[in-house]
Amino acid sequence: MATLWRFTLFLCMLLMACEGLSLASEEAKTRNTQTETGTASSSNTTGEGGHGGAPITTLPIVTWKWDHISVQYLVALWVLVCWLCKLLIEANHNVTNYIPESALLICSGFILGGMIWGADKVQTFSLSPTVFFYFLLPQIILDSGYHMPNKLFFTNLGAILIHAVIGTCWNAASLGLSLWGCHMGGAMGDLDIGLLQYLLFGSLMAAVDPVAVLAVFDQVHVNEVLFIIVFGESLLNDGVTVVLFNVFDAFVSLGGGRINAAEIIKGIVSFFVVAFGGSLVGIAFGILISLLTRCTKNIQIIEPGFIFVMGYLSYLTAEMLSLSAILSTTFCGVLCQKYVRANMDESSVQTVKYAMKVFANGSETIIFVFLGISAIDKVIWVWNTGFILLTVFFVFVYRFIGVFFLQWILNRYRLVPVELIDMVIMSYGGLRGAVAYGLAVLLDEKKIKEKNLMICTTLIVVYFTVILQGITMKPLVMWLKVKRAAVTEVSLLEKITNKMFNHTLVAIEDISGQIGDNYFRGKWRHFEEKWMTPFLMKPSARKKQDDVFDVFHQLNLKDAMEYVTEGERRGSLEFVRNDSAILDFKKKLESEYTEVMPDIPPYMINDHEFDINNHIPSVSLEMHEQTMKAMRGAEAVDVHHLLDQHLYKSRKQYRHGFSRSDFKINRDEKEVQEIFQRTMRNRLESFKSAKMGVSPPKTIVKYSKKEQQEKVKTKRGNNKLIFSFSFLDFEFSEGDSASGYDSSYPSFSMRATYRPGGEINALSTSCGIENPAFVPDLYPTDLLQEIPPWLAESEPDSSMVAPSLRAQANLPNSPMEMRRLGLLRASTRSTDTKQMNNDQLPPPPTSPPPPPPPSGQM
Amino acid sequence: MGSSSSSRNKIPNAQELMRQTGFSSAHLLRLHDRFESLDRDNRGYLSPDDFEALGGLAMNPIGGRIIEAFFSSGIPWTFPPLSGFWLISVQLTETETKKEHSKSSPAAGPGSSNLYDLDRDGKISREELLQVLRAMLGLQVTEEQLQSIAERAIQEADLDKDDAISFDEFKKSLEKMDIDTKMSVSFLK
Repeated sequence: MATLWRFTLFLCMLLMACEGLSLASEEAKTRNTQTETGTASSSNTTGEGGHGGAPITTLPIVTWKWDHISVQYLVALWVLVCWLCKLLIEANHNVTNYIPESALLICSGFILGGMIWGADKVQTFSLSPTVFFYFLLPQIILDSGYHMPNKLFFTNLGAILIHAVIGTCWNAASLGLSLWGCHMGGAMGDLDIGLLQYLLFGSLMAAVDPVAVLAVFDQVHVNEVLFIIVFGESLLNDGVTVVLFNVFDAFVSLGGGRINAAEIIKGIVSFFVVAFGGSLVGIAFGILISLLTRCTKNIQIIEPGFIFVMGYLSYLTAEMLSLSAILSTTFCGVLCQKYVRANMDESSVQTVKYAMKVFANGSETIIFVFLGISAIDKVIWVWNTGFILLTVFFVFVYRFIGVFFLQWILNRYRLVPVELIDMVIMSYGGLRGAVAYGLAVLLDEKKIKEKNLMICTTLIVVYFTVILQGITMKPLVMWLKVKRAAVTEVSLLEKITNKMFNHTLVAIEDISGQIGDNYFRGKWRHFEEKWMTPFLMKPSARKKQDDVFDVFHQLNLKDAMEYVTEGERRGSLEFVRNDSAILDFKKKLESEYTEVMPDIPPYMINDHEFDINNHIPSVSLEMHEQTMKAMRGAEAVDVHHLLDQHLYKSRKQYRHGFSRSDFKINRDEKEVQEIFQRTMRNRLESFKSAKMGVSPPKTIVKYSKKEQQEKVKTKRGNNKLIFSFSFLDFEFSEGDSASGYDSSYPSFSMRATYRPGGEINALSTSCGIENPAFVPDLYPTDLLQEIPPWLAESEPDSSMVAPSLRAQANLPNSPMEMRRLGLLRASTRSTDTKQMNNDQLPPPPTSPPPPPPPSGQM
Repeated sequence: MGSSSSSRNKIPNAQELMRQTGFSSAHLLRLHDRFESLDRDNRGYLSPDDFEALGGLAMNPIGGRIIEAFFSSGIPWTFPPLSGFWLISVQLTETETKKEHSKSSPAAGPGSSNLYDLDRDGKISREELLQVLRAMLGLQVTEEQLQSIAERAIQEADLDKDDAISFDEFKKSLEKMDIDTKMSVSFLK
């Protein structure tokens, strides 16, 4: 389900990006009328055949309409090309171990750019600010906000803000002033740049880039405090830098003479208004999202979309009000994450999570590639050794000075001071990126004569920081022995103790009469619980909102999946036959039963299967030892029963496919009725035909499943529903034998292959009339043991309930179910008899059952 | 400085304390003030009642438990710290900077396991864990769920399969946690 969703969302994103990039390529087109590029070449020369040409003389059967779709096509192609670059890069792990992916992406951008330039002799494509700020950046920011580790973020918020605000201002001012000083000193020759322009340049260079930082730090895994400070800073300072940029841009427009104290004060005021206003807009949208997700129960299918739309709207709204859009989206994500996760359905939450990653990762890739492509353009390369080298030098040095100074002050107030080594990494992690480039391109050439020099310098700084510092980051982290992030596994006790610690800290502060962080945290939690949660969260979700409970839930989910995958892998579920494990499992399952079970999306099980090979959890390792223990019947049935329930249910999700929006299968009374009716009619027909002797049912048994279905199809080719009905049953029986994949017991797979046969048999014979096919003589006794209880059971009541209903309706404790499980048990026990059966069945199935037919999955 | 040195005289053996703890006189004074405001009856020592009267602590779901842990040694808290909380803080801050009261990892263990361990047998039993959980998770979670959470938590940490968490097991299960960061309170600024 989620894969499907991911795919649709990806399409949406393409569409979204299309409109955006169209602007870019429109621009490109005006610059160069013959759009012939490295990737989309040779298409434009023939592109005249669309509409609006000469009057047609005859009806064209096929026409060439490149002009119609050229923009969209190019956008889609570029997205594809960028992603393919990433694919190629990620294929070589030994390279990405040393060189960060972002640097490699930029390099591949160089190559692509070179190809385009070689073909066109001019750069046709480049990253335009519009595309970057409105179509590529928002999802990255939203993703960072939405996946922000909130507690960590707010614990270090003070440090983050200091670095983001004061640090950025410091960077901007120092860089601008120093460059101006050097200019005055004559270090760069003849340049037409004034002090204000230098400050403007400084402000656009000041911000550490979240995209670049995240790309590099993600791969380095430094400890979380270090990470959150650098990352949080990079997020928040974007807001600051955009404000600074706007202020200085306005100053430059005003001209030096007209700037007086009032204007400067206005500038400072606007800084705060923009920053806080942006945050407020974000918070408002966060609340809106939370409220919306409270009532999306009935439209679960587009529920995840709201997060994206509203997130994007928060960005645009802030932009419209000329507030900080980045801050807005960040805070929107930060605020709504908790409520969204609680309010929405588990699968929607997963969808949001993955779609967010797809968007963010996708546009990050595009940004880096285009940063590379943009470089291959003769127009922007204006070389001024002094200016460029001094900028790189100052950016690097002032970052160090700023971070060390600020952190030195902050350390006096920190309980656990940030170490010197960490500070080095913090400074070194000051990567500049696409935001700086986007702002540089935004510069107005009329006001700033040396715009191209600035763009070119910005690019060089970006390359210097992303490529050089990015590559050296990892060795540096290793060499300095920076504390790395521990790979942690959630543990319940840890969570509980953690929670208790928090309470204790608050208590200690109470006792000592101190108003500290914990005091505020306690107060905030209280406030949140009292006011926000009832308002923003579904009543039903509130229970689960506690994080201890949440971890418990997660662990249980994991366990359940491990049990199942382990069972599947081993081909039987014997491994759980241990007293405590069963009791334990059962208990957990029962307490969580209603909540856990429907929550497991089928794909997760599949995902897990890959894991299981290299990661067998300790829990199940213990179980291995008990594998050899003799089983106890009743317990085995229990376990089988539970697991069967599980498999059966998750399987069930595959079986919708009649509706685009409804996950639940056959909720529709009418549909069930329809199936039922048709089934009944079919039975009657088959009964009739059996009576008439048209198709001797005797042979049916001997058909393999495939032939059987073939037969059904040929016999009654008109009704699709019937067919899908038999799929249902087929899957049903496959459900319990799913553990038979690559099993040591061929019996399992065999069962899967012939049971549907039996099923259909039952179908065609179960009108309470004895069918010659079921004269016991025809069967070997073992086989009898297999089928008859099933059939005997189904025959009397099948006049009331069709097997399909049985398959759909979830009757966990019906005697039939148990009987079936009893069968299963019997089969696991007696493998040799199974073998015998195998031989006696006419078509000996050697391969595992084929996957359920596709129509069942759609 | 005059005022502080004059009020410092109120504190018995201030010099001695400062030498022992490394607290500055201002810190000591601050502690003393707080002590006096807590000790409402001027008895010269603190009792659990004094703590229970604190608003914040009364609201704290495990407030009672915390108070109990502080008074576990049975010696009343007098100001020149002879026991309990002050003394712990003194011992622990020797190596730390003066202005923090940090329970570093070896101490956080007994401290927090004391919070769980009601009957002082050195082990956290399921029942004890359940009580803490019940206090913290509140009414939203059903009793069965609480039980299975407790069960699960015990199972997680219980290495010797005695159905209880001993102190060593407790320490082991939490060793990955950054206790320094999590269990330190900014104090006496």
